[in-house]
Parts: sequence; structure tokens; C-alpha cells
Amino acid sequence: MVNETKAASRDTRVDLLGIELENPIIPASGTFGYGKEFSELYDINILGTFSFKGTTLEPRFGNPTPRIAETPNGMINAVGLQNPGVIAVRDKELPDMKKFFHKPVMANISGFSVEDYAKTVEILSGQDQIGWFEVNISCPNVHGGGMAFGTDPQMAKKVTEAVKKVADKPVIMKLSPNVTDIVAIARACEEGGADGISLTNTLLGMRIDLKTKKPVIANKMGGFSGSAIFPVALRMVYQVYEAVKIPIVGMGGVSSAKDAIEMMMAGATAVGVGAANLTDPWVSKKIVEELPEVMEKYGISSLKEIIGAAH
Amino acid sequence: MKEAIFEIRENKKIAKNTYEMVLAGDTTAIEKPGQFVNLKLEGFFLRRPISVCDYETGSAHRDGRGAAEQATAGSAAQGRLTLVYKAVGEGTEKMAALGAGTQLSVLTGLGNGYAQEKAGDAPVLIGGGAGIPPMYALCKALMASGGKKVQVILGFNTKDEIFYQEKFEALGAEVHVATADGSVGEKGFVTDVLAKLEYTYFYACGPLPMLRAIEKTAKSDGEYSFEERMGCGFGACMGCSMKMADGSYKRVCKEGPVFGREEIAW
Ligand SMILES: Cc1cc2nc3c(=O)[nH]c(=O)nc-3n(C[C@H](O)[C@H](O)[C@H](O)COP(=O)(O)OP(=O)(O)OC[C@H]3O[C@@H](n4cnc5c(N)ncnc54)[C@H](O)[C@@H]3O)c2cc1C
Ligand SMILES: Cc1cc2nc3c(=O)[nH]c(=O)nc-3n(C[C@H](O)[C@H](O)[C@H](O)COP(=O)(O)O)c2cc1C
Ligand code: FES
Repeated sequence: MVNETKAASRDTRVDLLGIELENPIIPASGTFGYGKEFSELYDINILGTFSFKGTTLEPRFGNPTPRIAETPNGMINAVGLQNPGVIAVRDKELPDMKKFFHKPVMANISGFSVEDYAKTVEILSGQDQIGWFEVNISCPNVHGGGMAFGTDPQMAKKVTEAVKKVADKPVIMKLSPNVTDIVAIARACEEGGADGISLTNTLLGMRIDLKTKKPVIANKMGGFSGSAIFPVALRMVYQVYEAVKIPIVGMGGVSSAKDAIEMMMAGATAVGVGAANLTDPWVSKKIVEELPEVMEKYGISSLKEIIGAAH
Repeated sequence: MKEAIFEIRENKKIAKNTYEMVLAGDTTAIEKPGQFVNLKLEGFFLRRPISVCDYETGSAHRDGRGAAEQATAGSAAQGRLTLVYKAVGEGTEKMAALGAGTQLSVLTGLGNGYAQEKAGDAPVLIGGGAGIPPMYALCKALMASGGKKVQVILGFNTKDEIFYQEKFEALGAEVHVATADGSVGEKGFVTDVLAKLEYTYFYACGPLPMLRAIEKTAKSDGEYSFEERMGCGFGACMGCSMKMADGSYKRVCKEGPVFGREEIAW
């Protein structure tokens, strides 16, 4: 009982670009849909917020199946950004979401050209349900030989500038870890006017089926995530924190309140939870509920105070 | 959907590479045959989807509960769940090695299930290999609804793989067996039997080539269960999407795994 009262007084609030989050926990894009499936399991208003499924200008069916493979302590996905397109998100998903989610949501955006990104963000500007744009630059640039925007500092900067021109909300650039110098990309985004950085997206990975001698995933390669990538993601958040002044949403392999706090100590202001939601649908709720106890255990009175504490 | 801890009561081999696992736990989220459960196995990141083969509805899961738990659970019936699975890879091999008393986290009540109301008075249920288990729960439910002649076609490669024939017979169904090598029953495929039967509606589950062959043979309306590799099993990840005849997409785990014949883009 004594511990419970103490735990209850722990301050889990953080400020993410002018919006106060009740706690730093944010289910990551692509693992939480547009919130509906989870709202049937628990009241998702207990979350800091969530980042909705990567949305593109046009509707996309995505890649052929199989899209999923298993790895030790993780998984690989090649969903291929299946989504109903930005117009349907604005006209249907957002109004539906209003019924069960009453906080500002993070709008995750993808594109295949600089213009795509800008148009998509423009269409979603003026929507008061949206609190932030999270711009996923792990996508291939169709005008750039298919190289991902997020692997070239100049391209990353260009996308940032184009989006910033039309966005009516803070812009968080979501980085790809599949680069030699994550810091250079983060700096380029900051120079381009980004308000925040989120990282990391999935690592490029693959599995081969020994029986068929063929890749498990139809697309051959896919995005590797889950607890296996936690140390890599944590290291990148740590490096980026040293290099930029803007706040960071840290993610990659988080599956417990302890992981979330570790991510914050590396430099994250808020923490994304991805693949863990798929294997334990209640995990984000559990993390939110466990935070005060873990804070108690490590003598943390306010989460704000531990952001970047490891530096 | 519900998550519950189930306890293995029995786990035994019933045919070549084929096992039957009986679990006790809260089955109240299971609505109908054709749905599946998603099992968490120690040492594996993703859950394993397995069809509901048989179930008894109830919420209690332990015989040896503590007094306090007994009191709150009152006289709640014990839920029972039977799964029949083939050991085909690392996860299912691990499952086959689990003993009675092992506890597993299970997500229950997943997927849509079969449209039993469409059966008519002489439905045929077609199962091939690992596609047979969901047909058992369906057969039981259709027999219980009364006044139906339920016909079942079970397809196997060979004699050693045969399971559940007598269990379907015990339900009172008319059972036909087809083996690819002719070691038991009709020599050939389930479609060789299907071509000779009269039926009002069909339900089919099995490997994709079998479903395609049925699509060419079947004379009535019907429905198929599909399999896909799953990230979540409850509609969150879009890992299991399937393109439909009308150009839309559906999730095998949520809008499926059962789809009407007319919905499918073959
Ligand atoms: C809705 C549904 C119901 C099912 N019902 C049954 C059943 O009643 N009895 C039965 O024997 N089998 C059933 N299966 C197939 C069963 O899920 C796979 O055989 C099992 O997941 C294989 O796991 P593994 O670790 O042994 O194989 P591995 O090949 O080592 O598994 C690697 C990964 O691929 C996935 N995977 C491999 N094969 C399949 C498959 N055929 N379908 C979906 N995912 C697969 C696994 O889940 C795992 O994530 C069903 C599948 C689905 C989708
Ligand atoms: C099935 C799946 C789909 C994803 N889709 C998106 C997406 O649409 N947009 C995006 O920015 N990131 C997407 N991601 C990446 C996650 O948001 C997250 O950055 C990454 O998975 C690392 O976190 P984790 O290890 O906790 O999963 C996806 C991840 C998974 C597993
Ligand atoms: S397996 Fe995740 S949506 Fe179907």
C-alpha cells in the first residue's frame, strides 16, 4: 500500500513540442492501425498518444504475401505501406477515431517523391485532431533510383523543407537506421527546419526458408524490429541526442517500462512501442501502468528529469 | 478477443506428425467454429495461429484453485479447448514436446468463423490434412442444430496420416475418406469424392491447391478457410492481407479466415 501511494505520486508527464503528454508512451506507426482494434481492447486514451498507420497520397494495397517472418526476439515485415490513402484517412479514419480517441494523434506520412510528402501533409493540415506530423523517410525515392530519402542527408533535408512549408503542426522526421552515419541525417533534418526527430524505423533484414531455399518474405527483404533491435536503436538515439537540439521520439525494441526509461535516459523525450503490440496487444497499457513502479524503484520522481540522463 | 492463460491437460500424437492438445482455460471469447486461437510459445517472438478443433464454453481453468479464487469463480464451468496440429516447423515441434500442466498464453476468439446458417439440409464439409481440425467443431455444431444430413470428406496423403475419422462418424456424419495413394478409402483427392455427392452448401479448409481444385469441382455455393503468415492475428499489422474479387483487400485474421466462394480472386 505504501509503495502504491508513492508510485501514484510519480510524475510521468512530458512535453512533446508544446503538447503535454500524460506519459511518454506512443504505440508506433504500423503496429496500431488507426487505433480502432486496440480501442476495443482497452481505453487507448491512457496512452501519451499513438502514431497512426503510414499514410500515403494514393491508396496502396502494399506488397504480395507472405509479408511476415519471424526472427529470434523479433520479426520482419514487408507490409509495403498498405493504407487507404490520405483522403480516406482525412474523411473517414479521423472522424471514426474521434469516437474513441480524444487526444492529439501523431500523423505518420510516407511518400515516394518530395511532392508526394508535401501534398499529403497539406491535405492533412487544418485537422485539429492531429498534434504532430511524423514523416517517414525510409521510403524509396522513385525519382532517385529507388534510394530511400532517409539515406541521403540532402534528400532528407529537401523533404523536411518541403513538408515544413505546408505543415500547420510540428514536424517530426522519422529516420531510417539503414545508414552509415545517422547523425549526419539527423543534422540535415534539423537544418531543414524539423521540429523533432523520431528513430528508429526498422532495420533491413531477411530470412530464408531451409525447405524451399527461398526467402520467406515475397518481397525478399523487409523491416526487422522487435526486442532484438533495442540496443541498436538505443545507441542511435544516444548519438542523435548529442548532435541535435530538437526533441527525440525514441523507438526500436521497446517492450517494457524499463526499456522505455532506458530509451529516455539515452535522450528520448517520448518513446514508441512497435512490434511488441502485435504479440501482446495490451503491452502499451501495461507499460503505462508499470511506469510509476519502475520510477519508484529507481528513485525517479519525474520522467522529464531523466531525458538524456546518460550523457 | 481475449487473452487467457490455458493449462495443457493432454498432448498426444494421434497420427503421423499430428498431435491433439487439450487445454483448460477461459473459452468464453470463442464464438463459433472456424475461428482460431493464437498461442504464445516460450522462445518464439510471434504467436502461432491454430484453428479451434473443439471447445466447451467456460471461464474457469484450474481444478486446484485456491479457496479465494474458487469463491470468486463460483461454480463457473471449466472451459476446454482442443487443438489438432501438425508438427511442421520449430514452433509446432516445440508444441508437440509440451507436457500436461504447461501453461500457455492464448488469444482466443480470433477471426470470423463459418456461416452455419447457410448450410441447408445437406451440407458437405471438406478438410485436407491440417485443414481438418476446424471441420470437427463445425460438424458438431451442424449436427447439434438438427435435421441435417452432414457429409464429410477427409483428404490425406496416406494411411499413417489419418485422424479423426471415427470421431466424425461418432457425431453421426456421413464420412468419406480419400487418400492420394489409395491406402484407405477412395484413391485420389477430395474432389474425386465431391464430384459424386449431392449437397446444398460446402465448407472447405486445406492446402491452397486443394481449395483451387474444389473451386473447379463444386456445384453449390460455399466457403473456404485461408491461411496466411500473421504478425498479430487481430487486425493490427496488415501482415495477412488478401486481395478480393471486387478489388478490395481483407485481412485473413480479421475479416477471414473464412471467405465466401464469390469473394475470392483465384
Ligand atoms: C487461421 C489459421 C489456422 C490454422 N490452423 C491450423 C490447425 O488447426 N492445425 C495445424 O496443424 N496448422 C494450422 N495452421 C498452420 C499453423 O499456423 C502453422 O503450421 C504454424 O504456424 C507453423 O509454425 P512453426 O513454428 O512450426 O513453423 P515455422 O515455419 O518455423 O514458422 C515460422 C513462422 O511462419 C509461420 N507459419 C509457418 N507456416 C504457416 C502456415 N501454414 N500458416 C500460417 N503461418 C505459418 C509461423 O506461425 C511462424 O510465425 C493454421 C494457420 C492459420 C493462419
Ligand atoms: C508491421 C509493421 C508495420 C510498420 N509500418 C510502419 C509505417 O507505416 N510507417 C512507419 O513510419 N513505420 C512503420 N513501422 C516501423 C515502426 O513504427 C517502428 O519504427 C519499428 O518497428 C521499430 O520499433 P519496434 O522494434 O518497437 O517495432 C512498422 C513496423 C511494423 C512491425
Ligand atoms: S496478422 Fe496482423 S492484420 Fe492480420
